[in-house]
Amino acid sequence: MNIMANESLIMLAILLPLIASVLIVLVDKKPNVREFVSLTASLALLATVLSLLPAVLAGEQPSVMLLEIAPGLPVKFTLEPLGMLFACVAALLWPINTLYSIGYMRGNKEQQQTRFYVCFAVALSSTMGIALAGNLLTLFICYEILTLSTYPLVTHKGNEEARKAGRVYLGILLGTSIGFFLLAILWTWHLTGTLDFKAGGILNGKVAGPELIILLFLYMYGIGKAALMPMHRWLPAAMVAPTPVSALLHAVAVVKAGVFSVVKIVVYVFGLDMLKISSGADWVLWIAGFTILIASIIALQQDNLKRRLAYSTISQLSYVVLAVFILAPLSTVAAALHIAAHAFGKITLFFAAGSIYTAAHKTNISQLNGIGYRMPWTMTAFTIGAISMIGLPPTAGFLSKWYMLMGAFQEQQVFAIMVIIASTLLNAAYFIPIIYAAWFKKEEQGSDTVELVEHGESPKPMVFALMMTASLTLLLFFFPEVPLQLANSLIGEYP
Amino acid sequence: MIENHLSLLIVVLPLLAAPIVAVLPNGRMPWSISTLVSWAVFAMACIQLINVSTGSVISYELGGWAPPWGIEYRIDAANALVALIVSGIAAVTLPYALKSVEQEIPKHQHSLFYAAFMLCFTGLLGITLTGDIFNLFVFLEISSLSSYALISLGKQRQALTASYQYLIMGTIGATFFIIGVGLLYAMTGTLNMMDLSQRLPELYEHRTIHTAFAFIMVGFALKLALFPLHLWLPNAYTYAPTVVTVFLAATATKVAVYVMLRVIFSVFGFTFIEDTPTDELFMILCVVGILMMSFYAIYQQDAKRLLAYSSVAQIGYMMLGIGIGSALGITATLVHLFNHALMKGALFMAIGAIVYQIGSSRIEHMQGLGKHMPWTFAAIVIGGLSLIGVPGTAGFISKWYLVLAAIEKQHWLIVIVILAGSLLAVIYVWKLVEVLYFKPADESGQTVSNQLTSRKEAPLMLLIPTWILVVANVYFGFNTELTVGTAEQAVKLLLPSMN
Repeated sequence: MNIMANESLIMLAILLPLIASVLIVLVDKKPNVREFVSLTASLALLATVLSLLPAVLAGEQPSVMLLEIAPGLPVKFTLEPLGMLFACVAALLWPINTLYSIGYMRGNKEQQQTRFYVCFAVALSSTMGIALAGNLLTLFICYEILTLSTYPLVTHKGNEEARKAGRVYLGILLGTSIGFFLLAILWTWHLTGTLDFKAGGILNGKVAGPELIILLFLYMYGIGKAALMPMHRWLPAAMVAPTPVSALLHAVAVVKAGVFSVVKIVVYVFGLDMLKISSGADWVLWIAGFTILIASIIALQQDNLKRRLAYSTISQLSYVVLAVFILAPLSTVAAALHIAAHAFGKITLFFAAGSIYTAAHKTNISQLNGIGYRMPWTMTAFTIGAISMIGLPPTAGFLSKWYMLMGAFQEQQVFAIMVIIASTLLNAAYFIPIIYAAWFKKEEQGSDTVELVEHGESPKPMVFALMMTASLTLLLFFFPEVPLQLANSLIGEYP
Repeated sequence: MIENHLSLLIVVLPLLAAPIVAVLPNGRMPWSISTLVSWAVFAMACIQLINVSTGSVISYELGGWAPPWGIEYRIDAANALVALIVSGIAAVTLPYALKSVEQEIPKHQHSLFYAAFMLCFTGLLGITLTGDIFNLFVFLEISSLSSYALISLGKQRQALTASYQYLIMGTIGATFFIIGVGLLYAMTGTLNMMDLSQRLPELYEHRTIHTAFAFIMVGFALKLALFPLHLWLPNAYTYAPTVVTVFLAATATKVAVYVMLRVIFSVFGFTFIEDTPTDELFMILCVVGILMMSFYAIYQQDAKRLLAYSSVAQIGYMMLGIGIGSALGITATLVHLFNHALMKGALFMAIGAIVYQIGSSRIEHMQGLGKHMPWTFAAIVIGGLSLIGVPGTAGFISKWYLVLAAIEKQHWLIVIVILAGSLLAVIYVWKLVEVLYFKPADESGQTVSNQLTSRKEAPLMLLIPTWILVVANVYFGFNTELTVGTAEQAVKLLLPSMN
């Protein structure tokens, strides 16, 4: 495939969801056509992204410059391995999520469905933009659009609770990005005169000592989407959104955009070598480890299923940060793999949570006794997802944890090893009781207080969607070649 | 032939239009003539900007009298850009005015209203283009007096007090300015800015020159509503008719900032300023002003007043650029001057559209309107994002250059204040957005679908001008050739030592 075609494919990947959002507005009044547009667009996007794959695997890095805002400040998209991996994950999960959304939104008779699908498409477009961003400025623009386009999704219910959650969501994400991230970008521009992502890091040799620590601090906390404590509160707040939003956006697109940006900035802006020599980055490792453990402990105490999953996400995100800040090539591979592995596992878990809510109207873990027999498909998928979170074979989660541990051993990062082991135990502690309750505990018989609800599985599209993601979690374990190859070529320049 | 007199025509055309409009019968005639004049002036301002965009300077001798004896119009990239803003805003505000004025101002005053508008327009353009400091004072008075009249036409009775307050403050400002000019004339014997700039350096040590400078600075600080001399502004913007608020908010303070820029960099020279505490004083006032006024904006219950306080804060950003005094700082000032006119124009127009529909600018009356007025709501969202400085909007570009200027000079406190100001802007913009977006809730927190369902979108005559400015906000967020390019040209002329 020639370069020209790749360039137009890159543009297509960003434009397709946007075009879809316009079409969705136009067919507002016809729900079936509207859903058809969403599905078609998502499948077309998947085809587009997949057709870019061979070029990346062949080592090409096609690039498109859209326009130049000011001299030296272009809006530019470049395809590189890590971005490709992220784009693939998001594009692969969008059609499945659309299918699920249709079942969920109709099953729960949600209001404002057109707005929901429009915002979803815009959010996907900006996610593609983040994945394919060719410089920090483009990344920042798409990052902000993603925040803004997901705000109507988070506040979808439109009640007082949603309004408050929306404030926390927007306040933290916009606050950190404008207060810290933008400043870090401007500082980088002042120091280097470029914002391009370059192998080896553009800041290499330009900054040292306390300045480096401050700049790193601005980047790490500026990217609020990575949910490093104490900037994590927006994620549990966002759980008031309908479950498909929590599933695709707050387990995959938005949070992964955060850790993706972290990995990208560490690898291409600072450079692994510089951070390793300067030892100005140790504190991030500590914060990430701390976040993993504290978030897991908080997750243990949550009875609301979605909130428990949210805190689990916070802890899993910090795995990626931890992995990349081990600063070993192998752990960087692990970071990239974990972006994919966690995405498949966590979306399955959220799908299951939404499925339980739709079929049984249950939101709390204490209500789930014996539910496995009423909803066998849902709970099987949930079990697979949970196993992947804990990091046991034969699931994707094992793979990334394996690489992470190997990297940590290589660098003799005792702290990281301890954190990974401790958190694995914690993960098991907060997931296994759910699985146990669902399969082995007896359903509470209808008493005076608890009314027994007769229910079966949720609507078919939802069951189908969650089985798909559960199988993807398994498949990634058995066929990890493509993501591994992408992750390896990310560190290809650092033998 | 016409090209040669372009610089003068820009000022004279609205000046001639004013008496004509005044004698026309009240109807659509005054409006259509004013609109045509504003479009013609806008076209001429565009041509003029193209002429000077290469870095050349146009010097026009009024009546053929050679400067420094005659009045000179001196146009470079800086004032051509400001003239473009003033005429551009007038060209979109006047079409908007038709409906809005019909509703807000009694019919028998229409022709007088448009006459006053034309005079104000003339005054602002004159201030911008003249190269003679006394001539500047004359145009300052023309624009001020007409704007007092325009503000007093507001529907509510408070408009009269607001106008009176502005009259007192404005007159003090103008008087201070003319005292400063008088002192300068006494010392140098000239009123031509170019001539002054050549004669002043040898008199830098003189106490009288310092006094003159102080008078001029305080005078214009009053006019541009620099904190803490801003007290007239919130009332004036809140109670003036919508159209007047739009026009004055987007142009009047900008022209005053331009005069500051001109006086400081062209007439006195930054070396003089650096020896005085002016630049530090500006920076301190701006820092305090940005933070305090943003906090004030958060607690306002009236949308127009909220935006007015935000304007005072935003003026702080412009003056910060001057206080920093570097090439980047002045670029930031000029760029923000332009961009802020676009965003505040768009926002005041959108609020005006709501006022047109529901007859109130109180925030609590706007609950849930977003659903009924989606285009107006979208305009407020995009305008607000630009005000915050979200990337992809014009506001981002301003902030980019301003923060960069502060980083370059290692003013870290200012960097923090600029970003903190943006965060405060998030709060006050979102206060508006939230009210419009969410359905009103009754005491128990339940949403109710109330009588608002009868509310409809604003007429196209209001929406189209609003959206022209909204689109401009996005366009200038991606294409900065005009804003940054021209500003950089201007900086070369304002700071010759930087070359």
